[in-house]
Amino acid sequence: MPETAPRIRQGAGNVGSIGAPLTRREGPLKVTGRALFAADTLPPGLLHAALCTARIARGRVTGLDVAAAERHPGVVAVMTPDNAPTLAKDPDAKDGPFTFRLDLLQNASVRYANQPIAVVIAETLEAATEGARLLAPRYETETPRIGLDAEAPFTPPGIGIGQPPDEGHGDVEAGLADAAARIEAVYETPAQYHNAMEPHAAVAEWDGDRLTLHTPSQGLTAAVGRLAGLFGIPPKNIRIESPYLGGGFGSKGAISGPQVLACMAARLVGRPVKLVARRENMYGPMGHRAETRQTLRLGADADGKLTALDHHTLTASSRFDDFFEPAGGVSHTLYATPNLSVRHRGVRVDTGTPLFMRAPGEATGSAALESAIDEMAIACGMDPLEFRLVNYAEVEPISGRPFSSKALRACYAQGAARFGWEKRPLQPRQMRDADGLLVGWGVGTATFPALMFEAEARAELRADGTGTVVIGAQDMGQGAWTALAQIAADGLGIDIAQLTVEMGSSTQPSGGIAGGSAHTATAGGAVHAAAQAVIAELAQIATTDSASPLYGAGNAGVIARAGRLIRRDDESRSESVGEILARAGRDRITGTGKASADPAAQKSYAMHAHGAVFAEVKVDPDLGQIRVSRLVGAFAAGRVINPRLVQSQYFGGMIWGLSFALHEHAALDPRTGRFLNDNLGEYHVPVNADTPAMEAILVHEDDPHVNALGVKGVGEIGITGTAGAIANAVWHATGVRVRELPITLDRLLG
Amino acid sequence: MSIPLRLTVNGERRDLVLEDPRVTLLDALRERLHLTGSKKGCDRGQCGACTVLVDGRRINACLALAVSLDGASVETVEGLANGDALHPVQAAFIAHDGFQCGFCTPGQIMSAVGLIREMREAGESVGDAADVERVREGMSGNLCRCGAYAGITEAVVAAARAEAQAGEKAA
Repeated sequence: MPETAPRIRQGAGNVGSIGAPLTRREGPLKVTGRALFAADTLPPGLLHAALCTARIARGRVTGLDVAAAERHPGVVAVMTPDNAPTLAKDPDAKDGPFTFRLDLLQNASVRYANQPIAVVIAETLEAATEGARLLAPRYETETPRIGLDAEAPFTPPGIGIGQPPDEGHGDVEAGLADAAARIEAVYETPAQYHNAMEPHAAVAEWDGDRLTLHTPSQGLTAAVGRLAGLFGIPPKNIRIESPYLGGGFGSKGAISGPQVLACMAARLVGRPVKLVARRENMYGPMGHRAETRQTLRLGADADGKLTALDHHTLTASSRFDDFFEPAGGVSHTLYATPNLSVRHRGVRVDTGTPLFMRAPGEATGSAALESAIDEMAIACGMDPLEFRLVNYAEVEPISGRPFSSKALRACYAQGAARFGWEKRPLQPRQMRDADGLLVGWGVGTATFPALMFEAEARAELRADGTGTVVIGAQDMGQGAWTALAQIAADGLGIDIAQLTVEMGSSTQPSGGIAGGSAHTATAGGAVHAAAQAVIAELAQIATTDSASPLYGAGNAGVIARAGRLIRRDDESRSESVGEILARAGRDRITGTGKASADPAAQKSYAMHAHGAVFAEVKVDPDLGQIRVSRLVGAFAAGRVINPRLVQSQYFGGMIWGLSFALHEHAALDPRTGRFLNDNLGEYHVPVNADTPAMEAILVHEDDPHVNALGVKGVGEIGITGTAGAIANAVWHATGVRVRELPITLDRLLG
Repeated sequence: MSIPLRLTVNGERRDLVLEDPRVTLLDALRERLHLTGSKKGCDRGQCGACTVLVDGRRINACLALAVSLDGASVETVEGLANGDALHPVQAAFIAHDGFQCGFCTPGQIMSAVGLIREMREAGESVGDAADVERVREGMSGNLCRCGAYAGITEAVVAAARAEAQAGEKAA
């Protein structure tokens, strides 16, 4: 095995420009422990809070031994529905699909296991923790409904965030009847939990009706809006600081109940309060990826061309709120078929409400669809890659729109060449390694939509050649601190070393949502626009000043580079920012910019990133132990701002795909609705030794339509394709098709 | 209850009086000494984000009661750099992109520093592919949910090899 995959070796130059593989700008802070995460905030007079959570999944709390907790030395207060601060708004009121119902000690009801039912506030964490234990809740327990067979399925009004549950065209029954070969298979994916390494932490402090909250957030503006509504105070009274998120993956996209409880606790006691969720507290009130049961029916003609694709998803939301995993979305976009039906059905169960989790819908749907495509290829006697090429979608299947760009053929070709796919035997169980392990190769197609939200930014360029960009953007590890700096430095035409980036605070212009793989397009677009506004004003000054060598060039006739404005048609004529501003009697220029999706372009084009993932697995023929030994991904996602960080995003996504295929599974006791593995020892995620040699090929793709920067997202696509590729490789190694994920050795042997 | 505790933290004598015997080393570092570099990801020894060196060995600081470590020497991520000069392992983590969100990073880095010492003491080389597998195994007590393992492994191997080469030159 090669020791490590080839990596980008260029050094961390300080010449800031889009496309350079710069190292992370905040890296020195993170490797020295000086990057302050929310839980590292230690204001004077800080109290510590601990959650008491429900040990039943449905019913009500009938008693809490508040006196015992209060007697414990160091305990300051016990917050229960009896004394919780009154809220201005019912936390169960919905004002949009992005508003999720929260459990904020408004009543005694229990709607899922691990729901917060009280908060103990104490001088020390130890006292708070013990106080929470001493509450010893008593319950009236109802039998919970758990699992996809809990009740009769219904058609949800919307899936994901307001998408239609049923879409398609043609007649799949007729298409299946006409097929020369057909398959029908049921795939099951389990509930999964985000498990960001940083638990949701909140340090809240009130000054009258002004709230300062240190908490990780993927969406500062929405979080401020939610808190303002709940506490009945103007948004301007709320300041949220979130400079670094210790991972998010969707779980910090909407503010969670425990984060609000920290604010309520601080209000109750009139002192700053820190509430850090314990790991087990995160299995319930912070969302999860819902389980799915996906039934796929495919038909193909004698040439292997699909005649029908029917993708039916059954999934579960909570008893009290809506988030239905949109698993069928991948079938809208990936393979050409004359007859397509994508349907979603739901049940309600007694768990916390599911939420978006890294590639929501695409991850679950891709795992099933890519397995089904493999099974269809096998039924046609075709190589699975050839089958995918035969069914290549030239236009988006669901809409008929052309793609704004789609370099998927290049992804297949470059990935296959690098992996050595041409040597793959068609039949399973043909390859063994030197140790006698079964070896199998599989492929999966990766896809993720190129989304865009709304953001604003402010930029400043000063006479000394330095610049600043300010945006309430959020870095959860994807690299916004660096990528946005690169975009801003290029936009302002200065060396990145001369640029200061301020971000991660709700007091800054809204950076939109760090989610949907859309943050670079959205926040980057706003930064780019703000920088353009600055340069436009500077150019206006210079080109209308007869003393300037740029006089008469016109705004569009100059470019900004290396701290100068340069005449586009004659680069010998240029002037420094300082010279231009000095004559104008200014010391700086400030500009603002906004970015949002272009509705006309979105109407005209389907916008998606694509990729191909190739997996090699080794399986012990006697024990069924599975190891992924090699992963090669080739991805096309428009313009690459920073190849080093993009590669890391792909690797991270591919590891999530591996985790999806082989590791992750939240287990509930169906009798009680309680978790069997709400901890990182028993809820398995890959460790270093579980991960294979990986390569990520950054396939060139120009996209003139997708957005001003030409970028698509890279944070989520790596999961898609990978889980299916691994499942297909396991079949190829063993001849056994496991349709219930994760593929564990008992399922392989069973 | 007040319990005196004498620690050497990053080479500096720190005398503490704990009011509570339940305080873990991690909470003593974070909440009492305000050394918040060491992180709490699980508080039960499953994630490794709190890894520090105690008397030179890697431990999960969340699993050690502070009172049990009277007289011990503790090394944390705050003590590695020499002013602005990063420790070679820290520099390697940046160069090889061995982190994304950075939350597990202090633990990963302390684990790497400890592992390199363990390998050196055991006379293990870091010269070939088998040793890379040793590094992967040796770093597997530290979870990274972002999935930065490729960069972490590269960083640890590079730092270990650089140290070995420097040692050979010195000899």
